[in-house]
Amino acid sequence: MSLLELRKLNKHFGGLHVTNAVDLTLEPGEIHCLIGPNGAGKSTLFRLILGEHHPGSGEIFFAGENITALKSFARIHRGLSVKFQVPGVFKGLSVRQNLEIALQSRHRGAELEAEISRLLGFLGLESEQAQMAGNLSHGQKQWLEIGMAISLRPRLLLLDEPTAGMSPEETHMTGEMVQHLNADGMTVLAIEHDMAFVRQVAQRVTVLHLGQVFAQGSIDEIVADERVAAIYLGQAHA
Amino acid sequence: MTGFVSFFRRLEGPQTVGRGPAFWSLFAIVLAIGLAYPLFSDGYTVGNTVYFFVWVFIALSLCLIWGYGGSLSFGQTAFFGIAGYGYGVLTLNFGAAYGFTLIAFVAAVAIAALFAVLLGYFMFFGRIAGVFLGIVTLAVTLMLERFMAQTAGPEWHIGSARLNGFNGMSAMPPLTIPWPGEPIVLFADVGLYYFVLGLLVFVYLALRILMNSSFGNVIVAIRENPERAEMLGYDVRKYQLITFVIGAALAGISGVLYTAWGQYITPSSMGMTAAALPLIWVAVGGRSDLTSTVVGTLVVLAAFQALTIYGSQYALVFMGVLLVLTVLIAPNGLVLGAMNWLGRLAARLTRRAS
Ligand SMILES: Nc1ncnc2c1ncn2[C@@H]1O[C@H](COP(=O)(O)OP(=O)(O)OP(=O)(O)O)[C@@H](O)[C@H]1O
Ligand SMILES: [Mg+2]
Repeated sequence: MSLLELRKLNKHFGGLHVTNAVDLTLEPGEIHCLIGPNGAGKSTLFRLILGEHHPGSGEIFFAGENITALKSFARIHRGLSVKFQVPGVFKGLSVRQNLEIALQSRHRGAELEAEISRLLGFLGLESEQAQMAGNLSHGQKQWLEIGMAISLRPRLLLLDEPTAGMSPEETHMTGEMVQHLNADGMTVLAIEHDMAFVRQVAQRVTVLHLGQVFAQGSIDEIVADERVAAIYLGQAHA
Repeated sequence: MTGFVSFFRRLEGPQTVGRGPAFWSLFAIVLAIGLAYPLFSDGYTVGNTVYFFVWVFIALSLCLIWGYGGSLSFGQTAFFGIAGYGYGVLTLNFGAAYGFTLIAFVAAVAIAALFAVLLGYFMFFGRIAGVFLGIVTLAVTLMLERFMAQTAGPEWHIGSARLNGFNGMSAMPPLTIPWPGEPIVLFADVGLYYFVLGLLVFVYLALRILMNSSFGNVIVAIRENPERAEMLGYDVRKYQLITFVIGAALAGISGVLYTAWGQYITPSSMGMTAAALPLIWVAVGGRSDLTSTVVGTLVVLAAFQALTIYGSQYALVFMGVLLVLTVLIAPNGLVLGAMNWLGRLAARLTRRAS
Protein backbone atom coordinates (compact mmCIF):
# COMPACT_ATOMS: atom_id res chain seq x y z
CA MET A 1 0.00 0.00 0.00
CA SER A 2 1.28 3.48 -0.80
CA LEU A 3 1.80 5.86 2.11
CA LEU A 4 0.43 9.00 0.50
CA GLU A 5 -1.81 9.21 -2.50
CA LEU A 6 -3.08 12.44 -4.02
CA ARG A 7 -5.94 11.99 -6.49
CA LYS A 8 -6.78 14.78 -8.93
CA LEU A 9 -6.19 17.59 -6.45
CA ASN A 10 -7.51 20.93 -7.68
CA LYS A 11 -7.09 24.25 -5.91
CA HIS A 12 -8.01 27.70 -7.16
CA PHE A 13 -7.08 31.05 -5.63
CA GLY A 14 -9.62 33.28 -7.34
CA GLY A 15 -8.88 32.88 -11.04
CA LEU A 16 -5.51 31.27 -10.41
CA HIS A 17 -5.45 27.49 -10.87
CA VAL A 18 -2.67 26.73 -8.39
CA THR A 19 -2.82 22.96 -8.42
CA ASN A 20 -4.34 21.36 -11.45
CA ALA A 21 -5.49 17.74 -11.14
CA VAL A 22 -2.34 16.73 -9.28
CA ASP A 23 -1.80 12.97 -8.89
CA LEU A 24 1.09 11.90 -6.72
CA THR A 25 1.87 8.63 -4.98
CA LEU A 26 4.54 8.10 -2.34
CA GLU A 27 5.75 4.62 -1.44
CA PRO A 28 6.65 3.90 2.19
CA GLY A 29 10.35 4.45 2.83
CA GLU A 30 11.21 6.60 -0.15
CA ILE A 31 12.81 10.03 -0.31
CA HIS A 32 10.90 11.98 -2.89
CA CYS A 33 11.82 15.47 -4.06
CA LEU A 34 9.36 17.96 -5.48
CA ILE A 35 10.93 20.58 -7.69
CA GLY A 36 9.63 23.27 -10.00
CA PRO A 37 9.99 26.98 -10.77
CA ASN A 38 8.85 29.67 -8.34
CA GLY A 39 5.08 29.85 -8.07
CA ALA A 40 4.60 26.33 -9.46
CA GLY A 41 2.29 25.48 -6.55
CA LYS A 42 4.67 23.32 -4.49
CA SER A 43 4.03 24.96 -1.12
CA THR A 44 0.32 25.06 -1.85
CA LEU A 45 0.40 21.32 -2.45
CA PHE A 46 1.95 20.87 1.01
CA ARG A 47 -0.79 22.98 2.56
CA LEU A 48 -3.39 20.82 0.88
CA ILE A 49 -1.75 17.67 2.22
CA LEU A 50 -1.67 19.23 5.70
CA GLY A 51 -5.24 20.48 5.65
CA GLU A 52 -4.37 24.18 5.87
CA HIS A 53 -6.02 24.63 2.49
CA HIS A 54 -8.88 22.52 1.26
CA PRO A 55 -8.96 21.30 -2.33
CA GLY A 56 -11.79 22.39 -4.60
CA SER A 57 -11.91 18.78 -5.77
CA GLY A 58 -9.84 15.63 -5.41
CA GLU A 59 -8.91 13.35 -2.55
CA ILE A 60 -5.99 12.70 -0.23
CA PHE A 61 -5.26 9.23 1.14
CA PHE A 62 -2.74 8.57 3.90
CA ALA A 63 -1.86 4.97 4.68
CA GLY A 64 -5.07 3.90 2.99
CA GLU A 65 -7.31 6.31 4.90
CA ASN A 66 -9.14 9.16 3.21
CA ILE A 67 -7.94 12.21 5.17
CA THR A 68 -9.35 14.89 2.84
CA ALA A 69 -11.83 16.14 5.44
CA LEU A 70 -9.61 15.84 8.53
CA LYS A 71 -8.42 18.87 10.51
CA SER A 72 -4.71 19.61 10.44
CA PHE A 73 -3.94 18.47 13.99
CA ALA A 74 -5.72 15.17 13.32
CA ARG A 75 -3.55 14.60 10.23
CA ILE A 76 -0.48 15.23 12.40
CA HIS A 77 -1.77 12.54 14.78
CA ARG A 78 -1.98 10.13 11.84
CA GLY A 79 1.77 10.55 11.26
CA LEU A 80 2.38 13.65 9.16
CA SER A 81 4.83 16.38 10.11
CA VAL A 82 6.19 19.46 8.37
CA LYS A 83 8.91 22.05 8.20
CA PHE A 84 7.56 25.13 6.47
CA GLN A 85 9.26 27.22 3.81
CA VAL A 86 9.39 30.24 6.13
CA PRO A 87 10.69 28.85 9.45
CA GLY A 88 7.79 28.78 11.89
CA VAL A 89 9.67 28.49 15.16
CA PHE A 90 8.27 30.06 18.33
CA LYS A 91 10.39 33.21 18.14
CA GLY A 92 9.78 34.56 21.64
CA LEU A 93 10.58 31.26 23.38
CA SER A 94 13.95 29.67 24.04
CA VAL A 95 15.35 27.03 21.71
CA ARG A 96 15.01 24.49 24.49
CA GLN A 97 11.36 25.37 25.07
CA ASN A 98 10.65 25.10 21.36
CA LEU A 99 11.84 21.51 21.45
CA GLU A 100 10.04 20.82 24.71
CA ILE A 101 6.74 21.90 23.17
CA ALA A 102 7.35 19.58 20.25
CA LEU A 103 8.37 16.63 22.44
CA GLN A 104 6.10 16.94 25.48
CA SER A 105 3.18 14.98 24.06
CA ARG A 106 5.39 11.91 23.64
CA HIS A 107 7.68 12.17 26.67
CA ARG A 108 7.45 13.26 30.31
CA GLY A 109 9.73 14.12 33.22
CA ALA A 110 13.34 12.97 33.11
CA GLU A 111 12.75 11.15 29.83
CA LEU A 112 11.62 14.44 28.28
CA GLU A 113 14.76 16.22 29.52
CA ALA A 114 16.96 13.48 28.11
CA GLU A 115 15.16 13.59 24.77
CA ILE A 116 15.54 17.38 24.54
CA SER A 117 19.27 17.11 25.25
CA ARG A 118 19.67 14.34 22.69
CA LEU A 119 17.89 16.40 20.03
CA LEU A 120 19.89 19.55 20.88
CA GLY A 121 23.03 17.53 20.31
CA PHE A 122 21.71 16.04 17.08
CA LEU A 123 20.90 19.52 15.76
CA GLY A 124 24.14 21.06 17.05
CA LEU A 125 22.20 23.68 18.99
CA GLU A 126 23.42 22.86 22.53
CA SER A 127 25.14 26.18 23.07
CA GLU A 128 22.10 28.06 21.75
CA GLN A 129 19.54 26.26 23.93
CA ALA A 130 18.87 29.25 26.19
CA GLN A 131 18.64 31.72 23.29
CA MET A 132 15.34 33.06 22.02
CA ALA A 133 14.58 31.16 18.83
CA GLY A 134 13.99 34.49 17.09
CA ASN A 135 17.69 35.37 17.58
CA LEU A 136 18.99 32.33 15.69
CA SER A 137 20.50 32.61 12.22
CA HIS A 138 18.23 31.62 9.35
CA GLY A 139 20.02 28.30 8.94
CA GLN A 140 19.76 27.53 12.66
CA LYS A 141 16.04 28.30 12.58
CA GLN A 142 15.71 25.82 9.74
CA TRP A 143 17.50 23.18 11.80
CA LEU A 144 15.41 23.92 14.84
CA GLU A 145 12.19 23.59 12.91
CA ILE A 146 13.37 20.36 11.32
CA GLY A 147 14.13 19.18 14.84
CA MET A 148 10.63 20.04 15.98
CA ALA A 149 9.14 18.30 12.96
CA ILE A 150 11.07 15.06 13.52
CA SER A 151 10.28 15.14 17.26
CA LEU A 152 6.86 13.81 16.36
CA ARG A 153 8.46 10.67 14.84
CA PRO A 154 6.28 11.08 11.74
CA ARG A 155 5.71 8.38 9.15
CA LEU A 156 5.87 11.06 6.48
CA LEU A 157 8.07 14.12 6.87
CA LEU A 158 7.32 17.10 4.63
CA LEU A 159 10.24 19.51 4.15
CA ASP A 160 9.64 22.78 2.30
CA GLU A 161 13.04 24.12 1.16
CA PRO A 162 14.97 22.75 4.15
CA THR A 163 18.35 24.04 2.99
CA ALA A 164 17.41 27.62 2.04
CA GLY A 165 19.95 29.98 3.61
CA MET A 166 22.46 27.20 4.34
CA SER A 167 26.06 27.00 3.18
CA PRO A 168 27.01 24.08 0.89
CA GLU A 169 28.49 22.25 3.91
CA GLU A 170 25.34 22.77 5.94
CA THR A 171 23.23 21.67 3.00
CA HIS A 172 25.26 18.48 2.76
CA MET A 173 24.82 17.85 6.48
CA THR A 174 21.08 18.34 6.14
CA GLY A 175 21.11 15.80 3.33
CA GLU A 176 22.92 13.31 5.54
CA MET A 177 20.42 13.92 8.29
CA VAL A 178 17.53 13.24 5.93
CA GLN A 179 19.19 10.00 4.79
CA HIS A 180 19.78 9.03 8.41
CA LEU A 181 16.09 9.56 9.23
CA ASN A 182 15.09 7.67 6.12
CA ALA A 183 17.27 4.74 7.13
CA ASP A 184 15.23 4.63 10.33
CA GLY A 185 12.10 4.16 8.24
CA MET A 186 10.86 7.71 7.75
CA THR A 187 9.36 8.58 4.37
CA VAL A 188 10.37 12.04 3.20
CA LEU A 189 8.83 14.45 0.70
CA ALA A 190 11.07 17.48 0.19
CA ILE A 191 10.58 20.63 -1.87
CA GLU A 192 14.00 21.89 -2.86
CA HIS A 193 15.61 24.26 -5.35
CA ASP A 194 19.13 23.20 -4.46
CA MET A 195 19.98 20.54 -7.06
CA ALA A 196 23.03 19.33 -5.12
CA PHE A 197 20.69 18.40 -2.29
CA VAL A 198 18.21 16.76 -4.65
CA ARG A 199 21.05 14.74 -6.20
CA GLN A 200 22.29 13.72 -2.78
CA VAL A 201 19.03 12.39 -1.37
CA ALA A 202 16.26 11.95 -3.96
CA GLN A 203 15.23 8.46 -4.98
CA ARG A 204 12.46 9.87 -7.12
CA VAL A 205 11.74 13.39 -8.37
CA THR A 206 8.50 15.04 -9.39
CA VAL A 207 8.50 18.30 -11.34
CA LEU A 208 5.58 20.62 -10.77
CA HIS A 209 4.95 23.37 -13.32
CA LEU A 210 2.00 25.77 -13.42
CA GLY A 211 0.17 23.59 -10.94
CA GLN A 212 0.55 20.39 -12.94
CA VAL A 213 2.76 17.33 -12.64
CA PHE A 214 5.14 18.02 -15.49
CA ALA A 215 7.56 15.14 -15.21
CA GLN A 216 8.48 12.33 -12.87
CA GLY A 217 11.41 9.95 -12.58
CA SER A 218 14.88 9.43 -11.20
CA ILE A 219 17.13 12.46 -10.83
CA ASP A 220 19.13 11.41 -13.89
CA GLU A 221 16.02 11.12 -16.02
CA ILE A 222 14.81 14.53 -14.87
CA VAL A 223 18.14 16.22 -15.51
CA ALA A 224 18.30 14.67 -18.97
CA ASP A 225 14.78 15.86 -19.81
CA GLU A 226 15.05 18.86 -22.15
CA ARG A 227 11.46 19.94 -21.47
CA VAL A 228 12.32 20.32 -17.79
CA ALA A 229 15.41 22.36 -18.60
CA ALA A 230 13.23 24.54 -20.84
CA ILE A 231 10.79 25.52 -18.11
CA TYR A 232 13.63 26.54 -15.83
CA LEU A 233 15.32 28.46 -18.65
CA GLY A 234 12.00 30.04 -19.56
CA GLN A 235 11.76 31.31 -16.05
CA ALA A 236 15.29 32.62 -16.12
CA HIS A 237 14.42 34.66 -19.22
CA ALA A 238 11.17 35.98 -17.77
CA MET B 1 5.62 10.98 45.32
CA THR B 2 7.88 12.16 42.47
CA GLY B 3 4.78 13.33 40.66
CA PHE B 4 3.91 15.34 43.74
CA VAL B 5 7.34 16.97 43.82
CA SER B 6 7.43 17.74 40.11
CA PHE B 7 3.98 19.29 40.46
CA PHE B 8 5.37 21.88 42.86
CA ARG B 9 8.54 22.34 40.84
CA ARG B 10 6.26 23.94 38.27
CA LEU B 11 5.92 26.94 40.58
CA GLU B 12 9.01 28.07 38.71
CA GLY B 13 9.62 27.93 35.01
CA PRO B 14 10.13 29.80 31.78
CA GLN B 15 6.64 31.29 31.80
CA THR B 16 6.93 33.06 35.15
CA VAL B 17 9.45 35.62 36.35
CA GLY B 18 10.96 34.93 39.74
CA ARG B 19 12.82 31.86 40.90
CA GLY B 20 15.10 30.58 43.61
CA PRO B 21 15.44 31.37 47.31
CA ALA B 22 15.72 35.14 46.73
CA PHE B 23 12.34 35.37 45.01
CA TRP B 24 10.52 33.07 47.42
CA SER B 25 12.00 34.84 50.46
CA LEU B 26 10.66 38.10 49.06
CA PHE B 27 7.34 36.40 48.42
CA ALA B 28 7.22 35.19 52.05
CA ILE B 29 8.05 38.67 53.37
CA VAL B 30 5.36 40.31 51.24
CA LEU B 31 2.87 37.67 52.33
CA ALA B 32 3.81 38.18 56.00
CA ILE B 33 3.29 41.92 55.63
CA GLY B 34 -0.05 41.23 53.95
CA LEU B 35 -1.09 38.96 56.84
CA ALA B 36 0.02 41.39 59.54
CA TYR B 37 -1.38 44.49 57.85
CA PRO B 38 -4.90 44.44 59.42
CA LEU B 39 -3.29 44.46 62.88
CA PHE B 40 -1.81 47.88 62.17
CA SER B 41 -4.73 49.42 60.37
CA ASP B 42 -8.38 50.30 60.88
CA GLY B 43 -11.35 48.40 59.49
CA TYR B 44 -12.22 51.03 56.90
CA THR B 45 -8.73 51.10 55.35
CA VAL B 46 -8.58 47.32 55.37
CA GLY B 47 -11.94 47.19 53.60
CA ASN B 48 -10.59 49.61 51.02
CA THR B 49 -7.56 47.38 50.47
CA VAL B 50 -9.85 44.41 49.87
CA TYR B 51 -11.38 46.48 47.08
CA PHE B 52 -7.95 46.56 45.36
CA PHE B 53 -7.47 42.83 45.80
CA VAL B 54 -10.88 42.16 44.28
CA TRP B 55 -9.74 43.52 40.92
CA VAL B 56 -6.58 41.45 40.74
CA PHE B 57 -8.53 38.36 39.64
CA ILE B 58 -9.93 40.04 36.54
CA ALA B 59 -6.45 41.40 35.80
CA LEU B 60 -5.09 37.84 36.03
CA SER B 61 -7.82 36.68 33.67
CA LEU B 62 -6.63 39.17 31.09
CA CYS B 63 -3.01 38.22 31.75
CA LEU B 64 -3.91 34.61 30.96
CA ILE B 65 -5.99 35.21 27.83
CA TRP B 66 -4.10 38.16 26.38
CA GLY B 67 -0.60 38.06 27.83
CA TYR B 68 -0.04 34.30 27.65
CA GLY B 69 -2.64 33.31 25.05
CA GLY B 70 -2.25 36.26 22.71
CA SER B 71 -5.99 36.87 22.26
CA LEU B 72 -7.04 40.37 23.29
CA SER B 73 -10.45 40.10 24.96
CA PHE B 74 -12.47 43.18 25.87
CA GLY B 75 -15.09 40.89 27.30
CA GLN B 76 -13.73 40.14 30.76
CA THR B 77 -16.11 42.65 32.33
CA ALA B 78 -19.02 40.75 30.80
CA PHE B 79 -18.05 37.69 32.86
CA PHE B 80 -17.46 39.99 35.83
CA GLY B 81 -21.01 41.33 35.46
CA ILE B 82 -22.65 37.96 34.84
CA ALA B 83 -21.09 36.49 37.97
CA GLY B 84 -21.84 39.61 40.00
CA TYR B 85 -25.49 39.64 38.98
CA GLY B 86 -25.60 35.88 39.38
CA TYR B 87 -24.45 36.14 42.97
CA GLY B 88 -27.00 38.90 43.61
CA VAL B 89 -29.93 37.01 42.12
CA LEU B 90 -29.08 33.77 43.91
CA THR B 91 -28.49 35.25 47.35
CA LEU B 92 -31.44 37.65 47.20
CA ASN B 93 -33.64 34.66 46.45
CA PHE B 94 -32.18 32.07 48.76
CA GLY B 95 -30.55 34.09 51.52
CA ALA B 96 -27.32 33.44 53.39
CA ALA B 97 -28.22 30.56 55.70
CA TYR B 98 -26.47 27.15 55.62
CA GLY B 99 -23.45 28.63 53.82
CA PHE B 100 -25.54 29.35 50.76
CA THR B 101 -23.53 32.47 49.86
CA LEU B 102 -20.51 30.23 49.25
CA ILE B 103 -22.59 27.96 47.03
CA ALA B 104 -23.87 31.07 45.24
CA PHE B 105 -20.22 32.17 44.80
CA VAL B 106 -19.31 28.93 43.07
CA ALA B 107 -22.55 28.82 41.07
CA ALA B 108 -22.19 32.42 39.85
CA VAL B 109 -18.61 31.77 38.71
CA ALA B 110 -19.82 28.58 37.01
CA ILE B 111 -22.53 30.53 35.16
CA ALA B 112 -19.92 33.00 33.89
CA ALA B 113 -17.73 30.07 32.81
CA LEU B 114 -20.64 28.40 31.05
CA PHE B 115 -21.37 31.60 29.18
CA ALA B 116 -17.69 31.66 28.16
CA VAL B 117 -18.00 28.10 26.85
CA LEU B 118 -20.82 29.19 24.53
CA LEU B 119 -19.23 32.45 23.41
CA GLY B 120 -15.76 30.91 23.17
CA TYR B 121 -17.00 27.95 21.16
CA PHE B 122 -18.61 30.30 18.67
CA MET B 123 -15.46 32.43 18.42
CA PHE B 124 -12.64 29.92 18.45
CA PHE B 125 -14.30 27.15 16.50
CA GLY B 126 -15.44 29.85 14.05
CA ARG B 127 -11.73 30.80 13.85
CA ILE B 128 -12.36 34.39 14.90
CA ALA B 129 -9.02 35.85 15.91
CA GLY B 130 -7.01 39.04 16.30
CA VAL B 131 -8.90 42.33 16.05
CA PHE B 132 -12.20 40.56 15.40
CA LEU B 133 -11.97 38.75 18.69
CA GLY B 134 -11.61 42.12 20.42
CA ILE B 135 -14.60 43.52 18.54
CA VAL B 136 -16.88 40.56 19.27
CA THR B 137 -16.02 40.47 22.97
CA LEU B 138 -16.45 44.24 23.31
CA ALA B 139 -19.81 44.08 21.53
CA VAL B 140 -21.01 41.35 23.88
CA THR B 141 -19.95 43.38 26.92
CA LEU B 142 -21.66 46.57 25.76
CA MET B 143 -24.80 44.66 24.75
CA LEU B 144 -25.01 43.17 28.24
CA GLU B 145 -24.56 46.61 29.78
CA ARG B 146 -27.33 48.11 27.61
CA PHE B 147 -29.59 45.20 28.34
CA MET B 148 -29.17 45.41 32.10
CA ALA B 149 -29.55 49.19 32.02
CA GLN B 150 -33.08 48.93 30.61
CA THR B 151 -34.35 46.48 33.23
CA ALA B 152 -35.74 49.23 35.46
CA GLY B 153 -39.42 48.18 35.41
CA PRO B 154 -40.94 45.87 38.03
CA GLU B 155 -41.48 43.27 35.30
CA TRP B 156 -37.70 42.69 35.29
CA HIS B 157 -37.07 40.35 38.14
CA ILE B 158 -35.73 36.86 38.69
CA GLY B 159 -37.65 35.31 41.55
CA SER B 160 -37.75 37.94 44.25
CA ALA B 161 -34.64 39.77 42.96
CA ARG B 162 -35.43 42.98 41.06
CA LEU B 163 -32.80 43.87 38.43
CA ASN B 164 -33.43 47.65 38.82
CA GLY B 165 -32.03 48.81 35.47
CA PHE B 166 -29.41 51.49 35.57
CA ASN B 167 -29.37 51.69 39.36
CA GLY B 168 -28.43 48.07 39.65
CA MET B 169 -29.03 45.55 42.38
CA SER B 170 -28.19 46.08 46.00
CA ALA B 171 -28.60 44.72 49.52
CA MET B 172 -27.53 41.19 48.71
CA PRO B 173 -25.99 39.44 51.73
CA PRO B 174 -22.20 39.44 52.13
CA LEU B 175 -20.28 36.16 51.99
CA THR B 176 -21.11 34.18 55.08
CA ILE B 177 -19.21 31.18 56.40
CA PRO B 178 -21.39 28.75 58.36
CA TRP B 179 -19.98 28.17 61.83
CA PRO B 180 -21.32 26.23 64.82
CA GLY B 181 -23.10 28.78 66.98
CA GLU B 182 -22.66 32.03 65.08
CA PRO B 183 -22.06 32.13 61.26
CA ILE B 184 -19.11 34.32 60.30
CA VAL B 185 -20.32 37.23 58.12
CA LEU B 186 -17.54 38.59 55.92
CA PHE B 187 -18.29 42.31 55.89
CA ALA B 188 -15.92 44.52 53.96
CA ASP B 189 -13.21 44.59 56.60
CA VAL B 190 -10.80 42.18 58.25
CA GLY B 191 -12.80 38.99 57.72
CA LEU B 192 -13.24 39.51 53.98
CA TYR B 193 -9.63 40.71 53.78
CA TYR B 194 -8.23 37.37 54.91
CA PHE B 195 -10.69 35.43 52.77
CA VAL B 196 -9.75 37.36 49.61
CA LEU B 197 -6.02 37.37 50.39
CA GLY B 198 -6.11 33.60 50.86
CA LEU B 199 -7.96 33.14 47.59
CA LEU B 200 -5.55 35.44 45.80
CA VAL B 201 -2.45 33.58 47.00
CA PHE B 202 -4.07 30.28 46.05
CA VAL B 203 -5.03 31.47 42.56
CA TYR B 204 -1.64 33.08 41.96
CA LEU B 205 0.28 29.92 42.87
CA ALA B 206 -2.14 27.68 40.97
CA LEU B 207 -1.74 29.82 37.85
CA ARG B 208 2.04 29.68 38.17
CA ILE B 209 1.85 25.90 38.20
CA LEU B 210 -0.61 25.86 35.30
CA MET B 211 1.43 28.19 33.11
CA ASN B 212 4.67 26.26 33.68
CA SER B 213 2.98 22.96 32.86
CA SER B 214 2.76 21.41 29.41
CA PHE B 215 -0.64 23.11 29.07
CA GLY B 216 1.01 26.51 29.61
CA ASN B 217 3.64 25.60 27.02
CA VAL B 218 0.95 25.06 24.42
CA ILE B 219 -0.78 28.33 25.33
CA VAL B 220 2.34 30.43 24.75
CA ALA B 221 3.15 28.38 21.64
CA ILE B 222 -0.24 29.38 20.22
CA ARG B 223 0.51 33.02 21.03
CA GLU B 224 3.85 32.78 19.22
CA ASN B 225 2.65 30.87 16.18
CA PRO B 226 -0.75 29.17 16.06
CA GLU B 227 -0.02 27.47 12.74
CA ARG B 228 3.13 25.83 14.06
CA ALA B 229 1.30 24.77 17.24
CA GLU B 230 -1.40 23.08 15.15
CA MET B 231 1.30 21.39 13.04
CA LEU B 232 2.73 19.87 16.22
CA GLY B 233 -0.62 18.14 16.64
CA TYR B 234 -2.32 20.51 19.09
CA ASP B 235 -5.99 21.33 18.58
CA VAL B 236 -5.48 25.08 18.88
CA ARG B 237 -9.20 25.85 19.17
CA LYS B 238 -9.59 23.54 22.16
CA TYR B 239 -6.68 25.09 24.05
CA GLN B 240 -7.92 28.60 23.29
CA LEU B 241 -11.38 27.71 24.52
CA ILE B 242 -10.10 26.21 27.78
CA THR B 243 -7.95 29.28 28.43
CA PHE B 244 -10.88 31.56 27.69
CA VAL B 245 -13.12 29.67 30.11
CA ILE B 246 -10.52 29.72 32.90
CA GLY B 247 -10.14 33.46 32.27
CA ALA B 248 -13.90 33.94 32.44
CA ALA B 249 -14.02 32.12 35.77
CA LEU B 250 -11.28 34.39 37.15
CA ALA B 251 -13.17 37.49 35.97
CA GLY B 252 -16.27 35.96 37.55
CA ILE B 253 -14.44 35.64 40.88
CA SER B 254 -13.77 39.39 40.72
CA GLY B 255 -17.44 40.00 39.94
CA VAL B 256 -18.72 37.98 42.90
CA LEU B 257 -16.20 39.45 45.32
CA TYR B 258 -16.99 42.98 44.14
CA THR B 259 -20.72 42.39 44.59
CA ALA B 260 -20.29 40.78 47.99
CA TRP B 261 -17.84 43.49 49.07
CA GLY B 262 -20.04 46.51 48.32
CA GLN B 263 -23.37 44.65 48.37
CA TYR B 264 -24.29 46.16 45.03
CA ILE B 265 -23.70 45.67 41.30
CA THR B 266 -24.67 48.01 38.45
CA PRO B 267 -24.68 47.73 34.65
CA SER B 268 -21.86 50.29 34.43
CA SER B 269 -19.56 47.62 35.85
CA MET B 270 -19.76 46.20 32.32
CA GLY B 271 -19.46 49.55 30.49
CA MET B 272 -16.74 50.95 28.30
CA THR B 273 -14.64 52.45 31.12
CA ALA B 274 -14.90 49.31 33.19
CA ALA B 275 -13.81 47.24 30.19
CA ALA B 276 -10.83 49.49 29.44
CA LEU B 277 -9.34 49.81 32.93
CA PRO B 278 -8.18 46.19 33.39
CA LEU B 279 -6.42 46.42 30.03
CA ILE B 280 -4.44 49.38 31.33
CA TRP B 281 -3.47 47.72 34.62
CA VAL B 282 -2.30 44.61 32.82
CA ALA B 283 -0.50 46.44 30.03
CA VAL B 284 1.29 48.74 32.48
CA GLY B 285 2.28 45.91 34.81
CA GLY B 286 3.37 43.39 32.21
CA ARG B 287 0.73 41.23 30.57
CA SER B 288 2.92 38.22 29.92
CA ASP B 289 3.81 37.58 33.55
CA LEU B 290 1.59 36.78 36.52
CA THR B 291 3.67 38.55 39.17
CA SER B 292 4.00 41.71 37.08
CA THR B 293 0.26 41.71 36.54
CA VAL B 294 -0.51 41.42 40.27
CA VAL B 295 2.01 44.08 41.30
CA GLY B 296 1.14 46.41 38.42
CA THR B 297 -2.60 46.18 39.09
CA LEU B 298 -2.23 46.97 42.79
CA VAL B 299 0.17 49.86 42.20
CA VAL B 300 -1.91 51.44 39.43
CA LEU B 301 -5.14 51.04 41.41
CA ALA B 302 -3.59 52.68 44.47
CA ALA B 303 -2.22 55.54 42.37
CA PHE B 304 -5.59 55.91 40.64
CA GLN B 305 -7.40 56.16 43.94
CA ALA B 306 -4.89 58.63 45.36
CA LEU B 307 -5.45 60.85 42.32
CA THR B 308 -9.23 60.52 42.42
CA ILE B 309 -9.13 62.75 45.50
CA TYR B 310 -8.27 65.56 43.10
CA GLY B 311 -11.07 64.58 40.71
CA SER B 312 -11.69 61.41 38.74
CA GLN B 313 -11.17 63.14 35.38
CA TYR B 314 -7.49 63.71 36.25
CA ALA B 315 -7.13 60.13 37.35
CA LEU B 316 -8.44 58.91 33.99
CA VAL B 317 -6.10 61.24 32.12
CA PHE B 318 -3.27 59.91 34.26
CA MET B 319 -4.19 56.35 33.27
CA GLY B 320 -4.09 57.35 29.60
CA VAL B 321 -0.68 58.97 30.01
CA LEU B 322 0.59 55.92 31.88
CA LEU B 323 -0.52 53.66 29.06
CA VAL B 324 1.19 55.80 26.41
CA LEU B 325 4.38 55.91 28.48
CA THR B 326 4.32 52.15 28.86
CA VAL B 327 3.95 51.62 25.14
CA LEU B 328 6.84 53.99 24.49
CA ILE B 329 9.28 52.99 27.27
CA ALA B 330 8.55 49.37 28.13
CA PRO B 331 6.06 47.82 25.69
CA ASN B 332 6.07 44.59 27.69
CA GLY B 333 5.08 46.41 30.88
CA LEU B 334 6.80 48.70 33.38
CA VAL B 335 6.84 46.24 36.27
CA LEU B 336 8.05 43.39 34.09
CA GLY B 337 10.74 45.64 32.61
CA ALA B 338 11.88 46.68 36.08
CA MET B 339 11.91 43.09 37.34
CA ASN B 340 13.96 41.90 34.37
CA TRP B 341 16.37 44.79 34.91
CA LEU B 342 16.72 43.90 38.60
CA GLY B 343 17.29 40.27 37.66
CA ARG B 344 20.10 41.21 35.30
CA LEU B 345 21.60 43.53 37.89
CA ALA B 346 21.55 40.81 40.53
CA ALA B 347 23.14 38.34 38.12
CA ARG B 348 25.91 40.82 37.33
CA LEU B 349 26.56 41.52 41.01
CA THR B 350 26.75 37.85 41.96
CA ARG B 351 29.11 37.24 39.05
CA ARG B 352 31.36 40.06 40.20
CA ALA B 353 31.27 38.86 43.79
CA SER B 354 32.37 35.34 42.86
N1 LIG C 1 -3.11 32.15 0.06
C1 LIG C 1 -2.95 32.49 -1.23
N2 LIG C 1 -3.83 33.31 -1.85
C2 LIG C 1 -3.68 33.64 -3.15
N3 LIG C 1 -2.70 33.20 -3.91
C3 LIG C 1 -1.77 32.38 -3.37
C4 LIG C 1 -1.85 31.99 -2.00
N4 LIG C 1 -0.80 31.17 -1.72
C5 LIG C 1 -0.11 31.06 -2.88
N5 LIG C 1 -0.68 31.78 -3.87
C6 LIG C 1 -0.22 31.85 -5.25
O1 LIG C 1 -0.23 30.54 -5.76
C7 LIG C 1 0.91 30.33 -6.57
C8 LIG C 1 1.67 29.13 -6.09
O2 LIG C 1 2.27 29.48 -4.83
P1 LIG C 1 3.19 28.47 -4.03
O3 LIG C 1 3.62 29.16 -2.80
O4 LIG C 1 2.48 27.19 -3.90
O5 LIG C 1 4.42 28.30 -5.02
P2 LIG C 1 5.78 27.51 -4.81
O6 LIG C 1 5.86 26.50 -5.88
O7 LIG C 1 5.92 27.04 -3.44
O8 LIG C 1 6.84 28.67 -5.11
P3 LIG C 1 8.25 28.98 -4.42
O9 LIG C 1 9.27 28.09 -5.06
O10 LIG C 1 8.51 30.42 -4.76
O11 LIG C 1 8.12 28.77 -2.96
C9 LIG C 1 1.69 31.62 -6.60
O12 LIG C 1 1.33 32.34 -7.75
C10 LIG C 1 1.21 32.33 -5.36
O13 LIG C 1 1.26 33.72 -5.56
MG1 LIG D 1 7.06 27.51 -1.86
